[in-house]
Amino acid sequence: MADFLEIDCKLEDIIPEKTRKTRTPQFKQARTVRPAPPRYRNEISKYIILRNEELCLKCGKCVEICPQGVHVKSLGYKYFAQPHSHLCFGPVCEKKGCYCITACPQGALRIQENPMMKALGDYRWPAEMILATWKMAENGECPSEDYGYDFETGKSEGGFDRIRFKFPDRPPVELKDEEIDTSIELNRRHDGRARIRIDVPWYGGGMSFGSVSNTTQLSKARAAVAWNTFSCTGEGGFMERMRPYDDHMITQVATGLFGVREETIQRVPIVEFKYAQGAKPGLGGHLLGDKNTQAVAKMRETVIGISLFSPFPFHSVYSIEDHQKHIDWVKHINRRALISTKVSTPNDVDMVAVGSYSAGTHIIHLDGGYGGTGAAPDIAKKNIAMPIEYAIPKVHNFLMAEGAREQVTLVASGGIRNPYDVAKAIALGADGVVIGTVEMVALGCVRCNRCSAGRGCPRCIATTDKTLAAKIDLEWGAQRLINTYNAWRNEVVSILRRLGLRSVSELRGRSDLLMHLDYTNVVVEREA
Amino acid sequence: MPEKYHITTKPVPPRRPRIGKYGIVDWREDCARCHNCVKKACVYDRHRDEIKYIRDLETVDALFFDCMGCFSCVQDCTKNLLCLTINPEYEKLGNSYWTPEIILTTWAQAETAKIPVSGAGYGGKFSGYGFDSMWTDMSEIVRPTRDGIHGREYISSAVDIGHNSSFLVLNGDDVVSPLSPILSTPMPLVIDRIPDKYALPKLDAIIVETAVKTGLITLVDARKWPLAGVDADKCLPHIAFYFAAGAAMLSEEILKKTQLAEIEDDRNVKSRIRALKQIHPGIVVAVRVELTAGGMQRAIDLADEDVEVIHIVADSNGREIGSEHPMFIKDMIRKVHRSLIENGRRDDVTIIAGGGIALPEHMVKGVLCGADLVSIDLPLLVGLECHLCHQCGDSHTCPAKIQEISLSYGVGRMTNLISAWHDQLVELMGAMGMRDARRLRGDVGRAMFFEQLEEEAFGRLFGNRLQA
Ligand code: SF4
Ligand code: SF4
Ligand code: SF4
Ligand code: SF4
Ligand code: SF4
Repeated sequence: MADFLEIDCKLEDIIPEKTRKTRTPQFKQARTVRPAPPRYRNEISKYIILRNEELCLKCGKCVEICPQGVHVKSLGYKYFAQPHSHLCFGPVCEKKGCYCITACPQGALRIQENPMMKALGDYRWPAEMILATWKMAENGECPSEDYGYDFETGKSEGGFDRIRFKFPDRPPVELKDEEIDTSIELNRRHDGRARIRIDVPWYGGGMSFGSVSNTTQLSKARAAVAWNTFSCTGEGGFMERMRPYDDHMITQVATGLFGVREETIQRVPIVEFKYAQGAKPGLGGHLLGDKNTQAVAKMRETVIGISLFSPFPFHSVYSIEDHQKHIDWVKHINRRALISTKVSTPNDVDMVAVGSYSAGTHIIHLDGGYGGTGAAPDIAKKNIAMPIEYAIPKVHNFLMAEGAREQVTLVASGGIRNPYDVAKAIALGADGVVIGTVEMVALGCVRCNRCSAGRGCPRCIATTDKTLAAKIDLEWGAQRLINTYNAWRNEVVSILRRLGLRSVSELRGRSDLLMHLDYTNVVVEREA
Repeated sequence: MPEKYHITTKPVPPRRPRIGKYGIVDWREDCARCHNCVKKACVYDRHRDEIKYIRDLETVDALFFDCMGCFSCVQDCTKNLLCLTINPEYEKLGNSYWTPEIILTTWAQAETAKIPVSGAGYGGKFSGYGFDSMWTDMSEIVRPTRDGIHGREYISSAVDIGHNSSFLVLNGDDVVSPLSPILSTPMPLVIDRIPDKYALPKLDAIIVETAVKTGLITLVDARKWPLAGVDADKCLPHIAFYFAAGAAMLSEEILKKTQLAEIEDDRNVKSRIRALKQIHPGIVVAVRVELTAGGMQRAIDLADEDVEVIHIVADSNGREIGSEHPMFIKDMIRKVHRSLIENGRRDDVTIIAGGGIALPEHMVKGVLCGADLVSIDLPLLVGLECHLCHQCGDSHTCPAKIQEISLSYGVGRMTNLISAWHDQLVELMGAMGMRDARRLRGDVGRAMFFEQLEEEAFGRLFGNRLQA
């Protein structure tokens, strides 16, 4: 899996001696999809089936007709078990001629939309998108159309949610799934550093230990290993226990420099400079005191229980030249590493991107304002910096105009929620994306926004509280993510197949394949 | 280092039952009394806290108050009976402009004085009506000023009110050009009079006291002076009297202790300004212009007539008054600002903009659009747990029981709210890389507008935007 290191350069030559000595055997993780059912007893369903026991004859017609096994009466029991509503397809069964509601001779069955669908999720992540992601995490496949989950778009009424693919009735070329390539190259500079290809056009975004639990971090790392991609440490330092995943980790150098050492920089193939983050553009990281436990404090070399604020911006960087100094410094410490520069999306994001390219970065990572998983002031989430949908074409076009586009990898994050968002971001001009929230959702996050509160996440994901964190099993967590990645990849392949494209890189910048529901979609020349 | 603007705050808990976003409804009567939900599932013991909280209340008129909406109890209930829904009381708060989220976040800030922080990114609409169709800029590598968070101490949120001389005429060391009076306020915010329909006698004293504590200026109707229970010497520097058309002047002794006054717009504006200045030459006089159909033009004309401060006011939802297709305050500010620039008048006049300023970002955005400062009224009322239910007048039905507030509660809550707004102003300025609020005014380069971004990013890809 980590073969890329050996292919293009000799590992021994480029890893400093002391790091070589401490290198741990790398963890192996199979890509196999295995069922990973939800941790909770009751699943949240879109529809609810109600049976009037007084009317019911126990004739079993409903059991017979239901394609989904919603109605269950075990042998020897007088009554039915509670209907397994989470499996129910709903009224679509009526069209398909297998509708229990009308089949019941007694009219004993009722179906209704679950009132909880209104309480779950938000405009960007509506309930159906959450439920669909849970199904992906459970089975490794996107839920069948029969469920009627709209997971392709949210309800935010703008950006990705108003953009659609113009799928032709028949693809221009018929391709088999196996012929379609979803991998992307991360080093386009041809500068003698490692060529790194990841098998899926995304990698996992930075979430520090402190903001999320150990289990969450390790689950992410295992999924990255399985899919030959990357996960990122975030800014809280690089735990010893992450050593077996070094080849699939990105370590972050953020403004607080928490836990950054020469040794941690030497361990990894990619080092990311975090100038800003979309969750709170223009503000440094926040880790509220409650979450700064003993373990976190040790990692970050700080005092337990105090709130940690990373400064903003880097106080050593006030120009592209300063930025270049930073990059040179890391390139010197780690001779094989690729450099990623993570910036937010200000008005001049295109200039920043080109500047960063000229300073020697391999990957430009744009983090749009609407994503993020960590704690952030509400005022920053909504108001600062532009949404990623604007930033991608802006930067892509500028890099093209400057003739730099083919020498740098552009990745985007901050609101990539599903495989359609991945494809749309790429069609708008990114090479790939970075994901975060979806991994939390796959692990059971309900987007309650309480990640920063007290002990942290009530769903035991974004927490450093030991008792809470222990409720998630690592094998299970890793499997949920591996499954989700599988579902996403399959969907991306299917999008490419329907468009007749052989590889995800052919999709890059093909905004002609997109349409926007609020536009005429007739392009008129604009003045330069 | 110069003395910093700092507001001393302390938490002021609510008097009324809290209203949370979520309610748990037990929806089939088959509970096994296993307490799985209460004891195991809820990591925050919300069910138990709730029972305790309700026990301590005099009346139970609120549902679950602080459930995090994590669905754990719902999903772990032995019999799958629980249902989590949006609390109907929550949905009833405010109105379409003053949304339940705005009311709740205002309550929280008035209680704690803290900046609201949450996780999991932004969950709202892509953009929206009014102030939601613009973003503020930030800068990470190349910054307009070389200051970051360490430089926050150096961020000045102060702005001036009055006529700024654009040049000085000197004779030797003596300034010979006439200098207009000018005053400084620690943040781009003035407290407006609370609209009459919410008027409550006590409120004026509370607001004046809050102005003193926060160093701000508040408008007070001259007809109400003197206010009961208010120490005149301490308060007058923070009061700007509002003179309705035809209202009687106040005595010289009182006026001389104030720095700013506001008069209702009418034909005699000039003579009334003169009258005020005759009594107190050091006073700055603002003219209040309601943003009706002719409001914007009137504001522009007044600037031509050398009025030093113009207070433009939209309705409480930020709309042009009395129009069928009202413009929004942000666009009206921009229009007035641009016209003043075109007329070469912008630096001669201070623009205060009010109406629809509901959140701290509205203050910043209003200033970026071209106001020197903004005025607020309703947020302070909401800070007192008001629901904006518009039932004022009938003291029995006020869900906030606003008649019962004490001075210390009222001042504490309002002060907390203003302090939280100030901190958020500094956050946004820090992100923008700006260290002086005076420089924010009209700096649309530090703002991004929906229409402009759509055109830049999508216009060339998807053609023209369809009109809604
Ligand atoms: S079909 Fe109707 S009557 Fe027959 S078992 Fe099902 S619910 Fe009962
Ligand atoms: S609606 Fe269809 S899927 Fe649902 S329970 Fe009835 S038959 Fe089964
Ligand atoms: S606290 Fe809520 S939003 Fe945050 S990770 Fe946990 S479940 Fe998700
Ligand atoms: S939804 Fe979560 S926070 Fe609310 S009561 Fe249930 S378990 Fe507790
Ligand atoms: S809550 Fe009370 S003060 Fe507020 S609008 Fe209603 S009646 Fe008036």
